[in-house]
Amino acid sequence: MRGLPGGVMSEALIRLDQVSVEFAGQRVLDNIHLCVQPGEIVTLIGPNGAGKTTLVRAVLGLLKPDSGSVWRKPRLRIGYMPQKLHVDPTLPLSVLRFLRLVPGVDRARALAALEEVGAAQTIDSPIQTVSGGEMQRVLLARALLREPELLVLDEPVQGVDVAGQAELYALITRLRERHGCGVLMVSHDLHLVMSTTDQVVCLNRHVCCSGHPAQVSGDPAFVELFGSHAQSLAIYHHHHDHAHDLHGGVVSDTHVHGDSCKHG
Amino acid sequence: MADFLLYALLAGLSLAVVAGPLGSFVVWRRMAYFGDTLSHAALLGVALGFVLDISPALAVTVGCLLLAILLVTLQQRQPLASDTLLGILAPSTLSLGLVVLSFMHDVRIDLMGYLFGDLLAISATDLYWIVGGSVVVLGLLIALWRPLLAITVHEELARIEGLPVAGLRMALMLLIAVVIAVAMKIVGVLLITSLLIIPAAAAQRHARSPEQMALGASVLGVIAVCAGLALSWFKDTPAGPSIVVSAAVLFLLSFALPKR
Repeated sequence: MRGLPGGVMSEALIRLDQVSVEFAGQRVLDNIHLCVQPGEIVTLIGPNGAGKTTLVRAVLGLLKPDSGSVWRKPRLRIGYMPQKLHVDPTLPLSVLRFLRLVPGVDRARALAALEEVGAAQTIDSPIQTVSGGEMQRVLLARALLREPELLVLDEPVQGVDVAGQAELYALITRLRERHGCGVLMVSHDLHLVMSTTDQVVCLNRHVCCSGHPAQVSGDPAFVELFGSHAQSLAIYHHHHDHAHDLHGGVVSDTHVHGDSCKHG
Repeated sequence: MADFLLYALLAGLSLAVVAGPLGSFVVWRRMAYFGDTLSHAALLGVALGFVLDISPALAVTVGCLLLAILLVTLQQRQPLASDTLLGILAPSTLSLGLVVLSFMHDVRIDLMGYLFGDLLAISATDLYWIVGGSVVVLGLLIALWRPLLAITVHEELARIEGLPVAGLRMALMLLIAVVIAVAMKIVGVLLITSLLIIPAAAAQRHARSPEQMALGASVLGVIAVCAGLALSWFKDTPAGPSIVVSAAVLFLLSFALPKR
């Protein structure tokens, strides 16, 4: 796999400046600034209708902002994990064949990617039959097969049970370290995201507040948007300085390399 | 074997082979109604061909291509749903074709032939058009197979991965337009879509990969053409409808076989 970025940390992968988007005269995004560095996890949180998915689409280049600029690193390889995948039931498509839609992928590479995300057992299943949680992993595997510099994940744990959610977030953190890619993800799960993210961007049509999770959770704008209950959740989690993977092992927040490491 | 039967067989077989993979896309992408609209418009192409005194085959091809482009443009520019739009365009173009034809008293037109096909009346020139068109479409389909499959699975994913989605979608519509123009002589404008859809739907139940389904559809199409022509030859039934009936029987039979 590609090495971790060394001296290029200051070189952003994407940078959005004063981006505004309107739908039918209604401003959905207003004056957004956003920047993702290599190896950094940026999480977008916000209530329904806050424009999270719209912002992701602008980052991906699927929609043009009405004003402002979206800059992407030249020839930036993006691995995108959509919210869901609906394949017409009449299309006979195995998971392997789905992954092989990425040019240059053979069975060995597809299997390696599936093993990395813990979904190797699905490789020969018809894609319409894999469960919600497995599907998220298959989509993640496809994003990884692109050898991405930037992973874009739109609600990556949707339809996954609570234990699986924490594990999936832990997996995303590990993948970031393994592949050295930047991660931009949309999430609703404040308490789960807080421990795994470098930067939180709190969105409600405009950027309410952004910064390190500990800073953001104390920000009045954050409290106003999510209520004091959410704040207590977030703060609670910061008192709790480690997270657990599915096997019950401790994953340190600050990540000191040690016995619990499964990477490198 | 009589020349006209050989011509009919060659024309039918080349169409069946290309209809397999193309029809699979029509099924996967739910474009059946789109195919119907294009084929109904083909009659308008015939009428305009007579008015402008150009070859009907050429007029139909160009007419279908123009309608495909018009449809894509309309889909992007106004809020009506695709099926509403198709429901307006299909009968309008068919009716306009019939109205235009009724003005031309000095040309005698075998309307039934255009509506239901006249496979046994195919000339050597028709055969060149049909085989040539089929070969070109099949070649393009094979060349574009993976990208077309990618946009069928997830258009946004394909776009992010660098595929020209709008161009590919247009290319697929144009390929369908060419096949419809080519197939009109064989099964007629009212039956063309069935030749695309029925073999693909019949192959679907027992296919494990997109390629198996496409290939299976081609094989079933070939069988349907042979069976239909045999029926027509021995029992003097109309050739186009006989082929469609054979295909429908194969579709029903696909349910009798146990699913793998």
